[in-house]
Amino acid sequence: MVTSIHQLDDGAWVSVNDSREVNVSDLWLLARSDVCACEPSDFLAEGFVEVSAAHGRVEGRIAGQCIACGESGVTGWLELGRADPETGTFRPVVPESTHVPDRRRRLARPAATEELRQ
Amino acid sequence: MPSKVEGWKSETYGNEVRDRLLEFAEEGWDSIPEDEHDAWFERFKWWGLYHQRKGQESYFMMRIGTPNGVLKPGQLEVVADVADEYARGPVDNPEFGAAVCDWTTRQSIQLHWIKLEDIPEIWEQLESVGLSTQQACGDSWRNIVGCPVAGKDTNEFIDAWPVAEELNERFKGNEEHTNLPRKWKVSVTGCSEGCGQGDINDLAFEPATKELGGEEVKGFNVRVGGGLARKEPRLSRSIDVFVTPDEAADVAAACSALFREHGDREDRFNARIKFLIDEWGTEKFRRVLDEEFVDGELKTAGEDLRDQYTYNAGHGEHGDHVGVHEQPDGNYYVGLSVLVGRMGAEDTRELAHLADEYGSGEVRITQRQNLIVTDIPEEDLDAFLDEPLLEEYSPDPHPFMRGSIACTGTEYCSLSIVETKNRMVRYARWLKNNVEVPSGVEDFHIHLSGCTASCAQPQIADISLRGMKTRKDGEPVEAFDVGLGGGLGENPQFADWVEMRVAADEIPGYVENLLAVYEQRREEGESFREFIARHEEDDLTGLAEPEETTYEDPYMHNTKMTWYPYADEDDMSASPAPTDGQGQSLTSDD
Repeated sequence: MVTSIHQLDDGAWVSVNDSREVNVSDLWLLARSDVCACEPSDFLAEGFVEVSAAHGRVEGRIAGQCIACGESGVTGWLELGRADPETGTFRPVVPESTHVPDRRRRLARPAATEELRQ
Repeated sequence: MPSKVEGWKSETYGNEVRDRLLEFAEEGWDSIPEDEHDAWFERFKWWGLYHQRKGQESYFMMRIGTPNGVLKPGQLEVVADVADEYARGPVDNPEFGAAVCDWTTRQSIQLHWIKLEDIPEIWEQLESVGLSTQQACGDSWRNIVGCPVAGKDTNEFIDAWPVAEELNERFKGNEEHTNLPRKWKVSVTGCSEGCGQGDINDLAFEPATKELGGEEVKGFNVRVGGGLARKEPRLSRSIDVFVTPDEAADVAAACSALFREHGDREDRFNARIKFLIDEWGTEKFRRVLDEEFVDGELKTAGEDLRDQYTYNAGHGEHGDHVGVHEQPDGNYYVGLSVLVGRMGAEDTRELAHLADEYGSGEVRITQRQNLIVTDIPEEDLDAFLDEPLLEEYSPDPHPFMRGSIACTGTEYCSLSIVETKNRMVRYARWLKNNVEVPSGVEDFHIHLSGCTASCAQPQIADISLRGMKTRKDGEPVEAFDVGLGGGLGENPQFADWVEMRVAADEIPGYVENLLAVYEQRREEGESFREFIARHEEDDLTGLAEPEETTYEDPYMHNTKMTWYPYADEDDMSASPAPTDGQGQSLTSDD
């Protein structure tokens, strides 16, 4: 089925298949990041800047701040969760678990919808 | 490549959304195709409906735009009736109860817990008295703001109310200006005190004079590109244009058309006109406006009145419109302090009755979330001031109650990081009961915003609070970044952010300590803003210490993780949403 993703309301949340799934205001534990030198970074999500989906894997870049050192910035690509290609059901990752942002740049665009038919 | 939202807007937007919305309302929540939720909720905003946050699906915030904050006789009672009947959620707010009206910093009204199925009846009631939700949200001409006592102010230079009314009539529902790249906030100021807050609007008309044909003509200078959101605050900038009152709407149309054609539709984060002004500069903006969007030639700017601006200027003369003030016609207006801008439906109805009984029935909303009752004859003033309702909504409030503003917060809003209104109420009460007000201070502005969207306008307050998180004893807790010394006036100044990630329960102690430092170290007659301005930014950090006190904060946990922060069972899984038209939980397939 189609995996449809959007970031909406000034990047306040990420919609997966027209259901609000990932919100701002969570603390994400990042093993490392481009935002600051903290390892790990205790990163407050303040807005979703870009989102993308590939093979059900939903990713995003998050604007926010490391609450340990105070540095603000935008993370690399982080996995936000996975959408089941059959049912569309989304299973989010746990923000408090350790995450490693990916620096690669995919062909995503702001508020993009990437539609993949399985 | 246009953004996804632009794609939805290009399919259906503006006036045409209304019929579809009415059909959905008739058929019920389930009739909105699940794979079209995001698109329709984005479009509904244009009609003043904002889908509430996660855990509150199927409920909407409804915003009613009241130009210049003017509620004409008869309108406030209908607002109270609508709130009473329809703005009731599954759980009451512990500070305010059920069914409340929020008066906003842009002189509008917000109701919550509105069900889709009730919208046709609500619109019928509101529109029967000339109220509208059209363009209250969305990428459009938003509610026009201005000096809340336009036309009734002894310090008035020019009556801005007819101009605001003309702009409202011309641009509400105007197909040429229906689909803008982003929101478009307009201010019209006619007083000599700067109460319209033009500095923080996308388009501002500010009082000015110009010699035309040998005569001194009153009108407005035009400024463009102000706004506070997203850690990118900008003051509006002069584009060196003067308009007469008759010309204001045409030049406004030209500015709006320029924004429509040249605003960024690919990146919504870069779409506001302030970013176009950053990119172009004011000279290019004026040139393109003159050459491509205006018939005839623009006049250069006139002589402005900015050196007379006293509103929120930091000297304490004119921080708001609270209190008893004489109108030019000999009647009086009375500004009432509404703590954090929230009033229950019963109190709202009672105030509407008092406005009818003592005044003309007109009530006005200020940009400080307060209300003004106008047109009270001198002989009725004492009786009005003796009314019991004015004990709660006082024309002579304590400085900490008077100056407190808060946005919607995690109670309903997707963007907010922290709980806001109930917390600000608790802050204000604690400060009132525990902190000595520095001598001479009658009005002290503390603005609390839940996130960087800045709906509580934190950057223009004495003390600015912006929602954050921190860890306390290893646990994540709600917190605030603290800014100091912001305000408007002749030399507007955004707050300096001086203390970062202060746990929410240490804010009252910080304010107490800070005011003690101010009282000890200030120079003769020095206002708080002047005191802050005298210090270097580095010296402001550490000027006072955050500290736990007797203040207790029940909202330290992550309120955003709840479906409603004040529910006994607040876990997201306990949410009754979505519900049907009767408020009964709908079975989900998830």
